[in-house]
Amino acid sequence: MKSTRPTLDEAIRSFTGGAAVREARVKFEISPLVENGNAVPVTVEVDSPMTAADHVRRIALFNEKNPQADVAVFHLGPRSGRARVATRIRLAASQTVVALAETSDGAFWSAQAKVIVTLAACIEDISQQ
Amino acid sequence: MIRALVNVPKTARRGEIIEVRAMIQHVMETGYREGPNGVTIPRNIINRFVCKYAGEEIFSAELFPAISANPYMAFSTVATGSGTLTFEWTDDQGETQSTSAEIAVT
Amino acid sequence: MLRLALLGALVVAAVGAVADIAPKDRRSGFEFISPQTQAMQSDETSNPGMLWVADGERLWGESRGSAGKSCASCHDDAVDSMRGVAARYPAFDEETKRPIDLMSRIDQCRAKRQGAPSLTQQSDELLALTAYVAYQSRNMPIAPPDDPRLQPFRDNGRDWFNRRLGQLQLSCASCHDERWGARLGGSVIPQGHPTGYPLYRLEWQSVGSLQRRLRGCLVGVRAQPFDFGAPEFVDIELFLMERARGLPMETPAVRP
Repeated sequence: MKSTRPTLDEAIRSFTGGAAVREARVKFEISPLVENGNAVPVTVEVDSPMTAADHVRRIALFNEKNPQADVAVFHLGPRSGRARVATRIRLAASQTVVALAETSDGAFWSAQAKVIVTLAACIEDISQQ
Repeated sequence: MIRALVNVPKTARRGEIIEVRAMIQHVMETGYREGPNGVTIPRNIINRFVCKYAGEEIFSAELFPAISANPYMAFSTVATGSGTLTFEWTDDQGETQSTSAEIAVT
Repeated sequence: MLRLALLGALVVAAVGAVADIAPKDRRSGFEFISPQTQAMQSDETSNPGMLWVADGERLWGESRGSAGKSCASCHDDAVDSMRGVAARYPAFDEETKRPIDLMSRIDQCRAKRQGAPSLTQQSDELLALTAYVAYQSRNMPIAPPDDPRLQPFRDNGRDWFNRRLGQLQLSCASCHDERWGARLGGSVIPQGHPTGYPLYRLEWQSVGSLQRRLRGCLVGVRAQPFDFGAPEFVDIELFLMERARGLPMETPAVRP
């Protein structure tokens, strides 16, 4: 499935506007081995006091090999109390997934994970449903 | 007819950080799948989710086709006072679905 | 004549029992899935199957059909009236003199007593109602009825379980009796117990029935799958529930 989707780096740059990204402060929980790519649980937590003066503004997820790089952008703020978000995502194939955080001082932080996606042994024929 | 499950603690202490969960039934059709006869099934997803607490937005999300069907999200907020949390999902056609839950804060 | 028939039944049962997985070795498919998928099932606030259960709860109280009745009109609160029911289905149906599965039983009730149109096994409404009813048996042990009238149908189900089918000439037993715990592709082969139906399958991205899963398996061995509602499916389910006796119900289960 070849397409002209942005690379992971390009996707990250579109989010950060080219600003420097530090691989720190972001804890990215995603299983390294996934038995079905349709619903992969992920949790992103960012080390932050979440005060009005110092908090996480956005958390974004990007992928390397799906038809589209974007996964989600979450908007947080001081009322969040904790910078922690969980969801379930789709991964089309084994690939790298990136979690990015933007803090209120305009800085960017990230964590990466490499995920192996196995498929069900007998994939159901869509016409047989 | 909304088919959603939200989970908010019934009570909390003022200042306590509580976890909120929201899940809605939706196929989240990616727009990249082929149906029988090779015809692409058109994209149809929920692309935005907003949670408000006593009328003020406390969390929102921009969602893309890579979010799983029947989208689930868990996030946190500070229990500031008794009131209503509202949950609103918007799809590609601009249609919204919403539900709410009450919290008592002491 | 009756004594001979009883002896025959005992012989068949004895022969069958040799092939069945011993009760102490019976393990639910839950034990063969990843910890993440297990967590998805165990946590009812994030189990996607609960969306159908919640929908079923709503439908339980809604009037349907020409009789203007809801399920609740006759069955009151499902939490009481439906407790344990799914754990002892399929059951013998007096009308058809055959076993009937839970989904069909609910649909039969809708059509006959509510005057509502019949629904297919793929319909979200019927899946939701069935999931809600079966949810009332969650964590209860599977306890098939000891009704002797069911035995010939159970035996037929057992025969199908052991029969090699399709271009790949595999029987259910080939994988689920002889090779459970081994791998097929990247997946671990479970024992094939229907403990959590209707269940949310990640592959389907939706809740589906046991019959849907069995059709998937038949296509997998390149056999012509039975149609939804085929009596073979009910007989197979009847046998599978006996084979799973004692395992706790898990509806709505989550599986890859």
